[in-house]
Amino acid sequence: MSDPMRIRAAEKDGVVDVKILMKHDMESGQRKDSSGKLIPAWFISSLNVKAQGKDVFNAHFGPAISKDPFLNFKYKGSKGDKIVVNWVDTKGDKRSDEATAT
Amino acid sequence: MNQQRRALLKYSAVFGLMASAGLISVAQAEEWNKAAFEGKSLDEVFKALGTGSSPDKSSAVTLNAPDIAENGAVVPVGITTTLKADQMAILVEKNPSTLAAQFFIPAGTEPFVTTRIKMGQTSNVYALVKADGKWSMAVKEIKVTLGGCGG
Repeated sequence: MSDPMRIRAAEKDGVVDVKILMKHDMESGQRKDSSGKLIPAWFISSLNVKAQGKDVFNAHFGPAISKDPFLNFKYKGSKGDKIVVNWVDTKGDKRSDEATAT
Repeated sequence: MNQQRRALLKYSAVFGLMASAGLISVAQAEEWNKAAFEGKSLDEVFKALGTGSSPDKSSAVTLNAPDIAENGAVVPVGITTTLKADQMAILVEKNPSTLAAQFFIPAGTEPFVTTRIKMGQTSNVYALVKADGKWSMAVKEIKVTLGGCGG
């Protein structure tokens, strides 16, 4: 299991601003190790965010997203919304974390 | 009685319940667009996304990005639009794989997203927005002083 995500969700004027920082190497498949061999690609490919059980954001990533991916988006919601973030990477690893909108 | 069949029926019933209760993500409805993510050029990605030849440039789409990125490994890029977007995408023309990310915006979510991308070299970056079935885009050149791929 990978390290937890950091999720911040702050409500203002009926809009919840969500910031997510995932912990992942996002190996692009372009880099070489010390012996000159290509390191195979390994990155988060899909991310889903739900608030109060309803989809609020979906993202698909390619290998060109930076290491430890950051994502910021906004949805119409309210304080206390339960936000659940799920991601899946190209090796099938998964991670799910929760936060509450403040 | 066929025990296996019973068990299977039981499982499928449980799964059905879980799905209806929202415990299983129905969100993976949109498949990861392999053809688009493996596209090596703008044209290939446009084709795989189904944008038609090339989307029209629109002032309604804004690409928030620096003019110069000192470190190509971490380039902050954001898209905002005044259109009713349901899909957005970030493309980097000169990266080994052109499509960096694709976003799906359900109703109730604002057409706004910020993330960080890797850039191998100075390149045009494209922000694509799909609204009412039509794609529009904004383009900006970002100069990279230190590449973020290879090494």
